[in-house]
Amino acid sequence: MLVWRVKSKGLTLLLFEQNKEVTMQRSRLLFWMAAAALSCASALAQKTASQGIDEYRAMLQDGNPAELFEAKGEGLWTQKRGPKNATLEKCDLGKGPGVVKGVFVELPRFFADTGRVQDLESRLLTCMETLQGFNAAEIAKTGFGKGEQNNVTALATWIASESKDMRFNLSQSHPQEKTFYEVGKRLFFQRGGPHDFACASCHGEDGKRIRLQDLPNLTKNPGDGVGFAAWPAYRVSNGQMWGMQQRLNDCYRQQRFPYPGFGSDATIALGVYLGVNSKGSASIAPAIKR
Amino acid sequence: MNKKTTWTLAALAALVVAGCATGPSVSELNDLARQVAKASFRDEGIVKADKVLNADETNRLCSEADVAGKPLDEAMAKRIEETNLKAIQWPADGQFLGDWKQGEAIAQSGRGLTFTDTANTVNGGNCYNCHQIDQKEISFGTIGPSLYHYGKIRGVTDPASEAAKPIVEYTWGKIWNSKAYNACSNMPRAGHSGILNATQIRHLVALLLDPNSPVNK
Repeated sequence: MLVWRVKSKGLTLLLFEQNKEVTMQRSRLLFWMAAAALSCASALAQKTASQGIDEYRAMLQDGNPAELFEAKGEGLWTQKRGPKNATLEKCDLGKGPGVVKGVFVELPRFFADTGRVQDLESRLLTCMETLQGFNAAEIAKTGFGKGEQNNVTALATWIASESKDMRFNLSQSHPQEKTFYEVGKRLFFQRGGPHDFACASCHGEDGKRIRLQDLPNLTKNPGDGVGFAAWPAYRVSNGQMWGMQQRLNDCYRQQRFPYPGFGSDATIALGVYLGVNSKGSASIAPAIKR
Repeated sequence: MNKKTTWTLAALAALVVAGCATGPSVSELNDLARQVAKASFRDEGIVKADKVLNADETNRLCSEADVAGKPLDEAMAKRIEETNLKAIQWPADGQFLGDWKQGEAIAQSGRGLTFTDTANTVNGGNCYNCHQIDQKEISFGTIGPSLYHYGKIRGVTDPASEAAKPIVEYTWGKIWNSKAYNACSNMPRAGHSGILNATQIRHLVALLLDPNSPVNK
């Protein structure tokens, strides 16, 4: 399970299966920072587990490997690629062709050209198809961390970083945006599967934890940089950069739900529900997570 | 764009047109959410989309109450609880108690039944994800109440005794089917939904009620 396993005689952590794309130097640094945090935690036996974890998290803020993915994404934006050998510089993410700054905190939103509400990642697929000639459906079918999916994640990371510290302000003016909010709300509370779990089972109340992991209440605004305002994020525990699509996918996996299609309407509707609830919260994406 | 997506989009477009003045009704939105889910999820590994998305009455009514933001009316809640209570399978041999040590291992494990698990994965109880149980385990969740001293505070000194019977049976029933006692409980129905078998549930009952279990120390 995705839990911090803290034993009284020290911490056992499922950490540092490092992604090869991240330099070894960075992973060693993180490892020793974590080791330092853990030895502190066990040496000072009086310190509570959550204090130790807070300190570890604070240390993580010193260096976020997400920067490497940002740099990659920025490069991909202006790189001629795909069957049409074109860049993404004319991609319209909601504020007109080529505008990147500020788009992240207004997504998902309705796009007239596709007639759909789209999130950042599904919109990127549209641009990769129309401008560069890639097959969007094929990329959507590709597993996370493979092939063009890695490029979508890097692009999403960079684009999110261009809205850092800006406040979420999703539109609810188009009827489809309103409908998607209502559909997303229903999906959020949809109980099912062998465990009867809904998103709300874990994220429906204030101040709850699963094991030692704090759970944001996502039925309302959980605050700056929390929940929807923290993804894409670099995950130290598995050395991977995750976009919101992968975050939702893994929530559904743990919920014992079936596989949500990449960029499917269910994932986008949930994004609208979470994003609208986060109105006014500052984005810290790309964040770093345990 | 596949057929399923196209169909959902057509339904959406129709709704948007129909709902221009007032917006779609609650039941239209419920239908649409079902269609969106059907078009968005697919089978993966051991998880079958149809089975998960076609909720039973308990889940359907509780989800709708959650969306509405108000609890089920009392009569409805009572009916759900009765249905779930009737569905509990009591131990055929009358044996409710197993080995608390094995119960602790089951409580620790959160494995099984995800789309990355196999059919051979031994399912865990996920108990520590939400409950404090043995005080030595400090990595526990808080979604459910603390179960530390569960038997002790209920005055159970001999779980095999006649006096302990109501608590023993309630404990079995709660683990087997939590919704028998609280219609919209967040807790899974471990026996009812086939997460744990009777032997595993015996071990969990022992973890909570055996006077030698660290839970009651």
